[in-house]
Amino acid sequence: MRWLLLKDLQILRRSPLLVALLVVYPVAIALLIGLALSKGPDKPKVAFLNLVPSSSSTFELGGERIDASRYASELFRSVQPVRVKSRAEALDKVKSGDVLGALIIPADITEKLTTGLQSADVEVIYNNEDPVKGRFVDQIINSRLADANAALADKFKEIAIEDIRLLLDGGELSLFGRELDILGLRRSREILQGTLRTLPRSAPERRRLRDVERFAGLAVANLNLANDVVSTVSRPVRVKRTALKGGRTPLDAFAVAIAVTISLMFVTVLLASGMLALEREENAFSRLVRGLVSRTGLLVEKVGLAALCAFAVALVMLCGIGIFVGLDWGRFPLWLLALAAGALAFASLGVAIGGLAREVRAASLLAFLLSLPIAFLALVPSGAVSGALYDVIRFVSALFPFKPALSALDDALNDSGSGMLVPVLHLLGLSAGFGLIARLALRRFG
Amino acid sequence: MASTGIAGPAQDTAGAAPALAAAGLTRRFGERVALRDVSFAVAPGELVAVIGPNGAGKTTLLSILAEILAPDEGTVTRPDGGVGWVPQQPAVYSKLSVSENLRLFARLEKVPDPDAAVQRMLEQAGLADRADDELSELSGGNRQRVNIAVGLLADPAVVLLDEPSSSLDPRQRERLWEFVGGLTERGTSVLYSTHNVQEAERYADRVLVLADGDLIFTGTPRALELEVGDSGIDFEAAFVRFLHEKGH
Repeated sequence: MRWLLLKDLQILRRSPLLVALLVVYPVAIALLIGLALSKGPDKPKVAFLNLVPSSSSTFELGGERIDASRYASELFRSVQPVRVKSRAEALDKVKSGDVLGALIIPADITEKLTTGLQSADVEVIYNNEDPVKGRFVDQIINSRLADANAALADKFKEIAIEDIRLLLDGGELSLFGRELDILGLRRSREILQGTLRTLPRSAPERRRLRDVERFAGLAVANLNLANDVVSTVSRPVRVKRTALKGGRTPLDAFAVAIAVTISLMFVTVLLASGMLALEREENAFSRLVRGLVSRTGLLVEKVGLAALCAFAVALVMLCGIGIFVGLDWGRFPLWLLALAAGALAFASLGVAIGGLAREVRAASLLAFLLSLPIAFLALVPSGAVSGALYDVIRFVSALFPFKPALSALDDALNDSGSGMLVPVLHLLGLSAGFGLIARLALRRFG
Repeated sequence: MASTGIAGPAQDTAGAAPALAAAGLTRRFGERVALRDVSFAVAPGELVAVIGPNGAGKTTLLSILAEILAPDEGTVTRPDGGVGWVPQQPAVYSKLSVSENLRLFARLEKVPDPDAAVQRMLEQAGLADRADDELSELSGGNRQRVNIAVGLLADPAVVLLDEPSSSLDPRQRERLWEFVGGLTERGTSVLYSTHNVQEAERYADRVLVLADGDLIFTGTPRALELEVGDSGIDFEAAFVRFLHEKGH
């Protein structure tokens, strides 16, 4: 068998295009993913037109001056603003593709904000020619507007709470450049109570003053709750995230596991199916199984060859990604285990495909046609489709090695918490199953 | 050496111990009988051609003799060490060189000294100067010679060739038969199948005629001509007439 293995390695060495595809492709993918994950996306360019006169960029609310430009900066956290002078210029820049979108702040925004009651509108323009781009801009601007709104709402809340405190406890209030002393409800009530004590029981003013004193008491008691009410209204809904199911893998680390598993799958399945089909295409199969090597031995050799090559390529790819993305090198032995189990199962799938297809081109085509939907199905999240369909997808995914290989590698790389034992056993079971299919296919292979 | 008519193995080899003998071979594929009660023997150093129309059972017979197929009935007596097998299409690796192909199969055949066997076959096949060339760079004739050389690596007493000249031009064919003739001179028995009956007339000590799975004639080409009357017609015409007379 070792002579066959050496022969296949020799053939691979003399097929530079094939080797280039098998090695350079996954390594290039690794580098691209690594760079993409480590650098992050650049800020998209957005045209920004501020129609608010510089003299009106601040407004007064509740006796306090608020600088609107401070809150506008929230809008630029995820975008690179390109300042323009007119709406027409903003439109031109969006149409020409110089910017992804435009954000226009109307001149009356501070007036509306001054009222504390009216909403202020900003205008967003984007090119919907590319729906993906349009949605991206829409989401970014909406998200940043929500941040700006939240920051303004916090400031409004702060002012409202201060006003309520002044109403309750009294104090100094600056209004139109004059300092006013506000009595406050508590002190008003105390004064009323003192006055009531000095009045004779039969005094006619006593009953009306008692009503006012009772109102002041009620107002003090209820306004004490106002702080909480205002806080709640400024952020009516808050998000508390609780993950019920699945691991704790960050998205970029999971992307690494997906990239490596996809490469492992393609390299192994294509190599195993192609090299087995090649034996028939070179007419060597019937000569080999005439006592030179058993059919099972031939399958073991092809599985070993494909698994070994793909294992090496995937490991190089992982190490390549590891240069850019922080991987836990302390779990390196687990990486090897996950890659080995995945490669074995994919190679078994490959020889089954090669045995059934019998020709290299048909085997390669079948390998692609089968691998892509398997990977796609395995990545469909629950809730994206109906419950019954998801059960079918889970069942189909369990019949192929992609999902358990991804699960094993995810755990090996990221300690996702799902454990490696079950996926590794699953992969070994699939290896045996596909090996059996391949062995049966070889009965009519020659 | 050869006799005429339908004969059993012992008669075919004129008393010498046969190098290869088949007795009562029958093979069915479902309802269809591909080979029916076929018996014959091949003497050491004998060159035997198996001829017959399409679907006669030639490839089935050679596959059974080469142990690729098992017969439903009957037995095959092979020499110690088995027989050499040369399939119709070159069963060699186009990405390997001539010597690499020979060395690989010598190792798989567990030949005691693979390098010596490779050298011997390179010289015997006249390919020593092409030893380092990849198979994909060789002509069809040279590839077929490598294919035959692989079948001879273990120095078998009997070599089976399945339509060895089907893809060769006349010049390549001539060189092939020179090579095969050299084998029989060294005592190797050669049994081959062919569609080309004139080739069988020229390059066979004896022909086996198969039709619809039956062995209907075994003898020299001249004996086949005599079977249909020595009326001066060529061997191909005599063969066709023979088939007609036998109802095929």
